[in-house]
Amino acid sequence: MNSKTITSVGIDIGTSTLQVVFSHLVLENTAGYFSIPHITFVDKKILYSGQIRFTPLKTQTMLDDDAIRRIVHSEYERASLRPEDIDTGAIIITGEAARKENAALLLNSLSGFAGEFVVSTAGPDLEAVIAGKGSGAQHISQTKGICVMNLDIGGGTTNIAVFDSGETVARGCLDIGGRLIRIEDGRIAYLSKSAAKIASSCGLSLKPGDVADMDILRLVCRSMTDILEQMAGVSPVTPLLHEVKTLGSAAFVMPNAVQAICFSGGVADCIARSDEDPLRYGDIGPLLGEAIGQSRLCSSFNILRAEETIRATVVGAGSYATTVSGSTISHHDDILPIKNLPALKLNQAEQERCYEGDSAYLAEKIRWFLGQNDTDRMILAIRGERSPSYARLEVFADCICEAVSAAMTPGAPILMSLESDTAKALGQLLEFKFGPDRTVVCIDEVHVEDGDYVDLGRPLMDGMVIPVVIKTLALG
Amino acid sequence: MIDSRLIEQIANAVLAELSPRAEVLSAAPYANASSGQAVRDITSEESRAEILIEAPCDPDALVRMKKRTNARIGVGRAGCRYNTQTLITLRADHAAARDAVMTDINQKVLDDLKLFTVESRCGSKNEFLTRPDLGRLLSDQSEIMIREKCAPNPDIQIFAADGLSSTAITANLPDLMPSLLIGLKNKNVSIGTPFFVRNGRVGIMEPVAEILGAKVTCVLIGERPGLATAESMSSYIAYDAKTGMDESKRTVVSNIHRRGIPAVEAGAYLADLLCKILRAKASGVDLRKEG
Repeated sequence: MNSKTITSVGIDIGTSTLQVVFSHLVLENTAGYFSIPHITFVDKKILYSGQIRFTPLKTQTMLDDDAIRRIVHSEYERASLRPEDIDTGAIIITGEAARKENAALLLNSLSGFAGEFVVSTAGPDLEAVIAGKGSGAQHISQTKGICVMNLDIGGGTTNIAVFDSGETVARGCLDIGGRLIRIEDGRIAYLSKSAAKIASSCGLSLKPGDVADMDILRLVCRSMTDILEQMAGVSPVTPLLHEVKTLGSAAFVMPNAVQAICFSGGVADCIARSDEDPLRYGDIGPLLGEAIGQSRLCSSFNILRAEETIRATVVGAGSYATTVSGSTISHHDDILPIKNLPALKLNQAEQERCYEGDSAYLAEKIRWFLGQNDTDRMILAIRGERSPSYARLEVFADCICEAVSAAMTPGAPILMSLESDTAKALGQLLEFKFGPDRTVVCIDEVHVEDGDYVDLGRPLMDGMVIPVVIKTLALG
Repeated sequence: MIDSRLIEQIANAVLAELSPRAEVLSAAPYANASSGQAVRDITSEESRAEILIEAPCDPDALVRMKKRTNARIGVGRAGCRYNTQTLITLRADHAAARDAVMTDINQKVLDDLKLFTVESRCGSKNEFLTRPDLGRLLSDQSEIMIREKCAPNPDIQIFAADGLSSTAITANLPDLMPSLLIGLKNKNVSIGTPFFVRNGRVGIMEPVAEILGAKVTCVLIGERPGLATAESMSSYIAYDAKTGMDESKRTVVSNIHRRGIPAVEAGAYLADLLCKILRAKASGVDLRKEG
């Protein structure tokens, strides 16, 4: 009961490469004998790391789904694992691969195959956080108490996450990567939209079929690097920064001064000086790496060595996509697992209204949210109060009861997440008030934002914790 | 009626004559008579979070470090001694700790929770502190009272005791008790009549259990106060408690206070834990073995 090992899979289908990683995550009760249990992940071990392969494409706009399924299947076989052996994990389609016509379809079919509680896709901003955890940047930020920016530079996109003392404080995504321009036989074979924009901002008009001139490619790469410098706040911002921002990615606001930078993704391996042929991969990856090596990113900041570079996202997906709830929670097992719950987050002022008992307001808010999302189930997320009095918690529970009874269909379960460690007390009150009418699941010590989607897994460790995946996008 | 403001003015004038810095030493947020401004409470969260080092090279890092610990770090020094603020904060915390031990429980808390009061064999606080053995025994009169007022043979008997901090009981019991009792409703277990023991120690749960024939006994008791908090409460629980049983038979949940485990959450957790102990017919180390 004091330790439990779960098996996790990470599958990353990127613009240029595809990889599968299996890991063991160890859960343990780290609290002392005299304390309330505190269950956390104490160890993450990679069991099997698959080969890095090129992502198979049918056409420029279609992923080769059959080939991808075959690769994933063969990796399970090589690792001697069956989908039934997998407890959790994540499949992520990142960068340009996510924009292919059949991306959603492929994700659906893969997540069914990969294991019961395996999440499909995360959304561009969460990928940045996952990569930053996989690269080790978040860990360094936490242990050293510093502000670290992780730049995961892949084939199609650069995922940026800033961690301050381990907390994610900013995240964003840009259409900048090593395979935005591909070269075959000395000529440009492919040029992405954002690469064309960047080139034209330098006064160049590049198009497929042009001779690949090294000086021109270097100029484009320097311009790409300049945009990254703008993100890091060491170059003046130009309109180009907004033009290459990945669709659907959040506004990037840098809250604190970055103290160190960590590079991951395939391009990170090309930053160190090398005498090899710059066009050895048939793309601009090595040239982009070279430009970054000479940029202010490297001269103005401490550079941290990433634990994982090209594998950062897949390792992050396998090891960090799942978190666990607090260890004193309230739940009914029969409705778990539940996937893709849209989260309604109350802000501080709204939360205050509810703690004061304004159930009419909450009912209206819930009705509006269910209508907006065209759904009858949701998770209500609040920060909660550090140590509320019983009387105050009871008013809050009454408020939720009245609002839910007014706004939700009879029998629909009450699902709640809190940040403060008070879920068991609240859940118990709600259970008492609803009786057998509604199932209550109330978890704490998880950070959910408005618009997130939440997956809740089967309880672990004698029912003390629930595995939780919080994502910014839900498919399927 | 005497004007309280006038008394304050006189007191401040006398203090100012005694020592030029007497005003700084008053820890409570008294209204400053001359300016009308509140004097800062040096034991408040804000004062504790303050960085006292002059010109630190990385103030942000210090703020982050201080957030992670209750220890008095980043307080600077005057030569080889504490700064004045650190010293008086320490003295204020020490005073709070002494008060927690020496003061009596707030009667209103007991009235609100409808708890009647019984006593150990200690006749006074001094005897309580010097005779731990007597703090584990009920007075004859108390034993009679418990027999008269409490439901016999409950599955779960809950009671509170001041232990070494009545402040802890005053601070936590009003929020913990209702949360615990509502958690036990619908669980189909019989709950004994709760009460309060003055000058009681943990071991007093044995005679209580024996008198009432309780299967599971749970005492909510004030912890020995430290300089970090004087408001910490613990819960000691035993299955089939008997005089002379091993200490290892007790299950403990400690650190229940504002900055530790919130009282309402501790109550909810205890509700489940008590039922688990009842089902397992084991507590303490035996419960751990059960898994």
